[in-house]
Amino acid sequence: MALNESEMETMVYERPEALTNGITHYCPGCTHGTAHRLIAEVIDEMGLRDKTIGVASVGCSVFAYNYFDFDFVQAPHGRAPAMATGVKRVLPDRIVMTYQGDGDLASIGMAEIVHAAARGENISVFFLNNANYGMTGGQMAPTTLPGQKTTSSPNGRDVETQGYPIKVSELLSTLDGASYVVRRSLHDAKNIRLAKKAIRMAFETQVRGLGFSMVELLSICPTNWGMTPLNSLQWLEEKMVPYYPLGDYKVHPAVAEIKI
Amino acid sequence: MARELMKGNEAVAEAAVRAGVEAYFGYPITPQTELLEYMSRRMPELGRAFVQAESELGAINMVYGAACTGKRVMSSSSSPGVSLMLEGISYIAGTEIPMVMVDVMRGGPGLGNIAPAQADYNQMVHGGGHGDYRPIVLAPASVQESVDLTVLAFDLADKYRSVAVVLTDGSLGQMMEPCELPPMQPLKTSFPEWSVTGSEGRERRSLSSINLDPSMQEEMNFRLMRRWQEVEANEVRYKEYFMDDAQFVVTGFGSSGRVALTAVRAARAEGIKVGLIRPITVNPFPIKVYAEIVKKVEGILVVEMNAGQMLEDVLAATKYQTPIEFFARMGGIVPFPDEVLNEIHRMVKGPLTTEGHPRDRWLNRTAHKK
Amino acid sequence: MQTEIIIAGFGGQGVLFAGQLLAYAGMDEGKNVTWIPSYGPEMRGGTANCTVIVSDEEIGSPLVRNPSAVIAMNRPSLDKYEDQVKPGGVLVVNASIVDRPVNRTDIKVVEVDANGIAEKLGDKRMTNMVLLGALLANLPVLPQAAIEKALKGHLPERHHKLLPKNYEALSEGAKHKAK
Repeated sequence: MALNESEMETMVYERPEALTNGITHYCPGCTHGTAHRLIAEVIDEMGLRDKTIGVASVGCSVFAYNYFDFDFVQAPHGRAPAMATGVKRVLPDRIVMTYQGDGDLASIGMAEIVHAAARGENISVFFLNNANYGMTGGQMAPTTLPGQKTTSSPNGRDVETQGYPIKVSELLSTLDGASYVVRRSLHDAKNIRLAKKAIRMAFETQVRGLGFSMVELLSICPTNWGMTPLNSLQWLEEKMVPYYPLGDYKVHPAVAEIKI
Repeated sequence: MARELMKGNEAVAEAAVRAGVEAYFGYPITPQTELLEYMSRRMPELGRAFVQAESELGAINMVYGAACTGKRVMSSSSSPGVSLMLEGISYIAGTEIPMVMVDVMRGGPGLGNIAPAQADYNQMVHGGGHGDYRPIVLAPASVQESVDLTVLAFDLADKYRSVAVVLTDGSLGQMMEPCELPPMQPLKTSFPEWSVTGSEGRERRSLSSINLDPSMQEEMNFRLMRRWQEVEANEVRYKEYFMDDAQFVVTGFGSSGRVALTAVRAARAEGIKVGLIRPITVNPFPIKVYAEIVKKVEGILVVEMNAGQMLEDVLAATKYQTPIEFFARMGGIVPFPDEVLNEIHRMVKGPLTTEGHPRDRWLNRTAHKK
Repeated sequence: MQTEIIIAGFGGQGVLFAGQLLAYAGMDEGKNVTWIPSYGPEMRGGTANCTVIVSDEEIGSPLVRNPSAVIAMNRPSLDKYEDQVKPGGVLVVNASIVDRPVNRTDIKVVEVDANGIAEKLGDKRMTNMVLLGALLANLPVLPQAAIEKALKGHLPERHHKLLPKNYEALSEGAKHKAK
């Protein structure tokens, strides 16, 4: 039946082209979906879909290549920045991004991320920090907060024996090779909008050949945290944001001039 | 074409350049460092990619990424560094993409030393990385062969979507010999149907070594093994010396093989009917060649710079039907030809046996060495 | 026909370069050659050395226990290699800094005041050329002209002004014949 003019649909929300039509394996309430969507929206808006190559990591996002609708490779645990380096160095006119979690990037892959940033590799890194190892069942990560209970710090992270969390954005911001390093959060609509803007800036940095960009996205893990999604978002805001302050840690003057 | 006097490591690097390598990623380690240094100058000069990585882990995963684009890529290292790279090599094998790896072997295990050895035979030929995969392993014995086999490694890697290893050692890497370099090949302009290059004008692609479904993984395992059967059928290479009337045979790969050649010549000069078989592909191993000579010869002497790693393959190929003796130097010591000649004398004098293990006899003979 | 030569001395005496020149000259003459430097544990004991083999046929081992000839540029090299020279072989000794006589009587011994000659020619760095000249005058492996050609062919252009002096150094060395 044909619609008459007054019944015409107005599309207000649709799946970005850069996302596939599949169903993800992420838990209900997980912010991976939000992060995927933001990245895909930006890629659509910038018209980069057919020249982007993603590098998936090991962790919950291991199957990211099934959800993003563009070319992808999948790296060994922690090695995504090295693999991205390899891709970018032989295909410098493509857009290369990694998508990594905190265990992958800040623990086993610490050398690779630091050196990719130090070399100023012209890649964009999206770093999901949810303060634990999601895929393996919620063990302590390098980003687990002091006192936070996980399956491998059942009495809460004891900094005396288990050390302190690593603040990756702060750390990478000290490197001359890093051009754009910021931390955002996915806990509410306002912050999600700011996160999207940062993702856009990261890609703009790469498109202009300005070097290494990373957006750290504070995220939730309701299943392993043992909370409802809503409580998780609240916990993120109340516990994680104070420890991991949001903000721009490194914005190269050339990047600061980018207007979007 | 003019011959050039080149160091083995540099000759391998230039051969790779001429074979069309588009990216080199490595990390310094003796005795392969000249290869990395040569590439650090040569690759940028040609507008190709060179990165000195943060570690061997970084290097092999840069190779992994670049190899996913279908371009010719390589790395090189020496024994301890290769150990670190094996994670990535397994992933690359599991993703079924080509790469060339050069291992300039040194003394081990552990940090060992920087002198020439052949103790990575098992690591390269029989595994190293996890899972079922078979890398093609080529073992040159001269600078010229290092050049030729490096070029061949790229061709075979592409042909079989496989890891291809050039297995040399500190002595071959450091020595200079005249060699003819191949002409400069044009870079690839078309890329295989699996290569990840950005999805412009086609369906998207992805490359991964993950197969959560065991039946899919098994399918992949079968595919790798059937492909390996093709490699075994088509790519076995070896070199024979004085084999026509040989009653005895010496065999060794790479540097051991060429040291043995000097000893075999000296034995021939004494009238001893001894020949030499030098495997050039140690994987695939020339099984049939050894199986054949069992019928003709009275004894085989295996010479290596390790504790008898290839020996096991010779034993398997000959099915313990012929008396086999073993001699080796280890720890970074290259045997002198006269040591091998002594072993030939011992073999010819006998008595020979198929009982017991050749390695045990060798260890008993060397019991005076602590 | 195969000739093996070990050149040994302190680092900085031009040991490796002298060996490379031999290898270049052999290659240019259409021979098979190998050059292998001291390497790993061999570097211990105060000597740097290289082994050069010049041969008409495919070369097997690049290392030999008993070489046809040795150039000993210092005392530790003489101590290490004197006993290894093949009977009937050649031992060239840098008498300027080697403070003991050679004991072997079954080999050709050539003692040369190589440092002195090189300094007289104006540059101590030509000690290796003097000794190489002496070696070739006593070992029929390659003509001196082949070394001169190799020097010209493989020395960087910017050093070519040094060629005449180097030729002279070779010739001065060549005046020394084994007793």
